[in-house]
Amino acid sequence: MRALLVRDLRLALRAGGGFGLGLAFFLIVVVLVPFSVGPQPELLGRIAAGVLWLAALLACLLSLDRILALDFEDGTLDVLATAPLPLEAVLSVKALAHWLTTGVPLVVAAPVLAVLLNLPAAGYAGLVLSLALGTPALSVIGTFGAALTVGIKRGGLLLSLLVLPLYVPTLIFGAEAARRSAQGLDATTPMLMLAGISAGVLALMPFASAAVLRVNLR
Amino acid sequence: MSLWEYANPVKFLRLSERVMPWLWGLAVLCLSLGLVWGFFGTPDDFRQGSTVKIIYIHVPAALMAINGWFMMLIASLIWLIRRHHVSALAAKAAAPVGVTMTLIALITGAVWGQPMWGTWWAWDPRLTSFLILFLFYLGYMALWSAIEDPDTAADLTSVLCLVGSVFAVLSRYAVNFWNQGLHQGASLSLDKEKNVADVFYHPLLLSIAGFVLLFFALVLYRTGTEIRVRRTRALRARQGARQGSLQEGSA
Repeated sequence: MRALLVRDLRLALRAGGGFGLGLAFFLIVVVLVPFSVGPQPELLGRIAAGVLWLAALLACLLSLDRILALDFEDGTLDVLATAPLPLEAVLSVKALAHWLTTGVPLVVAAPVLAVLLNLPAAGYAGLVLSLALGTPALSVIGTFGAALTVGIKRGGLLLSLLVLPLYVPTLIFGAEAARRSAQGLDATTPMLMLAGISAGVLALMPFASAAVLRVNLR
Repeated sequence: MSLWEYANPVKFLRLSERVMPWLWGLAVLCLSLGLVWGFFGTPDDFRQGSTVKIIYIHVPAALMAINGWFMMLIASLIWLIRRHHVSALAAKAAAPVGVTMTLIALITGAVWGQPMWGTWWAWDPRLTSFLILFLFYLGYMALWSAIEDPDTAADLTSVLCLVGSVFAVLSRYAVNFWNQGLHQGASLSLDKEKNVADVFYHPLLLSIAGFVLLFFALVLYRTGTEIRVRRTRALRARQGARQGSLQEGSA
């Protein structure tokens, strides 16, 4: 398992892995927001938490098809499927690698970009905490979407159509937690719900992902 | 004799052909009776005026939108567990009907909401979760049409239906948490003594029955079409193979 994780991380970090792309996309979306809604600081401060969550979600979505597509094309997935390691574990490791290379950089970059959007000072801790709790769910659900569409030619658009509705609960609770803490309100409930969603999908989703991947590898 | 006998496509087709005229007839009867009675035979509401009458379309359509997904869920489970092809095709056939019902519910709701709430759309939990249900239907149908191999498509869409159901319920509670509602509570529920005033209640029940019958008639009809499409494709493939071998023989 560790070898697989190290391999996936190394592939993602080296040239052509597209490691920085998600982060750059995150930056660009955040920069485009003031162009589209206007530069008034109080308006930006009010929507900052939600915009950052949405941008993080889209950046996450962008890199989903990389989780499995390349391994599917060169046959690595077939080897992994016949390996002694269960496919559920393989997909969990792949989701973890995706989170380490996409989710964690987003969590780290979010407070920096929050400055650009004039997020109220009270909101930084809540933003980072909510993203740290929520992005694992995004990676795990996204792995399911990637496993579902791996056999389809040009499945990228379909992948977004399938995964985005599944992201709704995570986005609602995550953005709500970040928004409440930015307004100085108590954010415990949405934060707990968010953690619950992450824990739930971490426990259950790999089985669904492995089931559809087995169908696709048949 | 068990229910599973009708998992055989031939028997299923024979049964559905016998049942379908009755379903269509009863659906048309119930719908025309319920709607005509509803539209012309009931008084205008004290405050809502004649707009109240959209209830005869809105409520049944919304009901069938949710139950259509539920039916797809059951059909998907049957496919995953017992591998009956008819079941997978029924789930496939139900999706476009369900999405139409969702759309009808959303549109009639907007038409009613404009004069009553003063807005076509509000980000109310019920409205929002219906919109999310609509997106789930779209994703499900898109996945069906994207995959060539029918068995793979049936497997993948079934799992998507299961996972989607969990997330649809989750979204329902999430949006409840996220925003306060504008939509009134359930108009009909089984555990209430009296739901709607009697004058509106009876035609509403009739039109609900009509929508249920219409839904099943449409689903049976579309399932039959899917079975025949599948059969035609198999025949074509066989014919093509035979011609191919003949040509090889003559050359």
